[in-house]
Amino acid sequence: MSAPTALRTKRAAGRTGQYLALLAYLVFLAFPLVWLISTAFKSPQELGKIDPTWIPQDPTLENFRAAFDAQPLLRSAANSLLVAGSAALIAVAIAVPAAYAMVRYRSKVTTAATGWILVSQMFPFVLIIIPLFMLLKEARMIDSLPGLILVYVVWNLPFSLWMLQGYVKAVPVSLEEAAAVDGASRLRTIVSVVLPLLAPGLVATLMFSFVTAWNEFFFALVLLKSPENQTMSVILTQFLGAEGVVDLGPLAAAATLATIPSLLFFALLQRRLVSGMLAGAVKG
Amino acid sequence: MRPARHIRRAAARAGAAALSLALLAGLAGCSGDGGSDDGTVTLDYLSLAWQEESVAANKRLVEEWNEEHPEVQVRYVQGIWDTVHDQLLTSFEGGEAPDIIHDAADDLTDFAYGGYLADLTDLLPDSLRADIPAQSWRTTTMNGGIYGVPFLQEPRMMFANTALLEESGVRVPTAADPWSWQEFEDAAKELTADTDGDGSTDQYGVAWGMKEPVSQSVNLSLSTGGGLFSREQTDDGPKNRVGYGPEDSAVAETIDRQVNEDRTAPRSSLGMSGSDTLPGFFAGRYAMVPLNFSYRQLVTQQAPDDFGWSVLPMPAGDGPAGGLAQGVSPQTLSVAEDSDHRQAAADFIAFMTRPEHMAELAAGDWMLPTGAQALKDPALNTEKYGWRTGVEVARSLRPAPVLGVRGYREWSDKIATPAFQRYFNGDTDLDELRESLVEDGNLVLDRYQR
Repeated sequence: MSAPTALRTKRAAGRTGQYLALLAYLVFLAFPLVWLISTAFKSPQELGKIDPTWIPQDPTLENFRAAFDAQPLLRSAANSLLVAGSAALIAVAIAVPAAYAMVRYRSKVTTAATGWILVSQMFPFVLIIIPLFMLLKEARMIDSLPGLILVYVVWNLPFSLWMLQGYVKAVPVSLEEAAAVDGASRLRTIVSVVLPLLAPGLVATLMFSFVTAWNEFFFALVLLKSPENQTMSVILTQFLGAEGVVDLGPLAAAATLATIPSLLFFALLQRRLVSGMLAGAVKG
Repeated sequence: MRPARHIRRAAARAGAAALSLALLAGLAGCSGDGGSDDGTVTLDYLSLAWQEESVAANKRLVEEWNEEHPEVQVRYVQGIWDTVHDQLLTSFEGGEAPDIIHDAADDLTDFAYGGYLADLTDLLPDSLRADIPAQSWRTTTMNGGIYGVPFLQEPRMMFANTALLEESGVRVPTAADPWSWQEFEDAAKELTADTDGDGSTDQYGVAWGMKEPVSQSVNLSLSTGGGLFSREQTDDGPKNRVGYGPEDSAVAETIDRQVNEDRTAPRSSLGMSGSDTLPGFFAGRYAMVPLNFSYRQLVTQQAPDDFGWSVLPMPAGDGPAGGLAQGVSPQTLSVAEDSDHRQAAADFIAFMTRPEHMAELAAGDWMLPTGAQALKDPALNTEKYGWRTGVEVARSLRPAPVLGVRGYREWSDKIATPAFQRYFNGDTDLDELRESLVEDGNLVLDRYQR
């Protein structure tokens, strides 16, 4: 075997290994979702079988009917969309200028703020829920969606800021200097030069904030009382009973429906994420 | 610079969308706030009902109450069993607790001692006080007061594969003539088989789902005269102590023998929850499974059409009630101490626990009512789905030994659960189990009783 052939074979083997690893990772990621969807279409009798199958033997929509009958899924999905969408947009709107300022105007204050961002991530929910509850009560924002949006914005903001700082740092200062030399103001430079290059960061941060708020359960459970205000994550748990008893079929059906908005959100924004990453600015 | 324009437009759109969403959210939030100035009292009722029939029964009764009492309206608020403790604690601390609280007796201890729940002693009608037996009231009586109305309960029952039981020829136990624990062990041996002759067992007499081993081990120990917890008089007043004598450990020893010596129970089921054992039960792999009474609903849903099953009483030991005694922690209805309308809330509880309503709620949850009148309801006294066996066992039920024991939760999570798991798994012996439960356990309890 000649040297180039051996090299090609080695490369092909390496590439095959990479694809196999990727495939294994994809299977690992997809398994829960596929199992969830499969469960959603199985009858109660099939769910009680000792040898479960991937593909439902006698597919049924009964679980979806039962889920819609038992809980206000559409209303709760609308509430979740409203809360998660608003919280994500507001958090990013605040985080962008803040991240820019923290990266470009280094001072002791920004260093301290960066440290505080990290520290703030260490507080568990249970530690802050009671003071938060009292604050919101004073502001008469218990059992209101704006109150929950406010909580999610505050909860998401530190990490959004942290994420965006990295993206801002990656934008070469020389580009801004070039814009300044061309006579652009600071605002114009940010809007016309920095923001377009931040697109993938904005999309990633939006996704993170949206999904975090969409999935969040405990704040929503404690802060919202009225049935008409409840979000999807809270409604889903109402298929769980005492001592681990679960209404599995309807739960799987409702959970399958609950994943759709997140998947759509990802699908819509993914193109923007990739296109932004491919947009080059500086010649090497 | 097209990308810049594109991003600017996108940013403007995003800003507009954020504003609109926030405004919409504001409007939606405003619509959610209640309150009236016409003198009508509105009470929040936090219900943990979750099964379809049970939620429907609760909502129907709330509607009926609201029609009968225009001056005291009740708002149904849905809660969740898994998180009710944290949810309530937050609401109590924040001063926004629901007026009427559905919970379980074993969750009330800390709230009652913490002053979060109203003492119902003088708020409930005599008829209700008389209808519910004293042993049920004991589950919610602590710190000198009554902090909840125990209204639904469920014993552990033995679910059996009827065909396998008949084939084996073992005597079928009844509530009047239950198996002794020894008879049960013998029956499990009869029901254990290698049906395909490959040298390995493929049909076990019983499957013990011990994912949460503590409540089963403690509650069933009453059957053999145990109970683990006792109150001792000390110089600092009465204190709860853990003990683990032969009468406390007899049931755990039976389970250990079946799993690790007789092999009439599979070790693989030890990590399972009750519902995890059902597929094996339906497939004939397990002839019997001990499950809570309400699991009958899941069995009716999931069992194959041709599957015959029976509900048997648990085996009896030398303990009270002919050895059928077992500990239960009933579901309860309580009133928040901070409620401005405690009497109205107690009146609503009395309405919900009228015999006919209690029976309806019990049927919806596939559980047993605590009230003597409700237990006589014809809907619950039928052979179908083992209702009658449950009703017959009801009078043997006793308060779970852990009720009113402060620090029980920590003892259970940190000490008892891993200790029982190691023991049933064959990793430790009885002496080591006793040492963990008693010596380590009492150190935990002491911290709560200073």
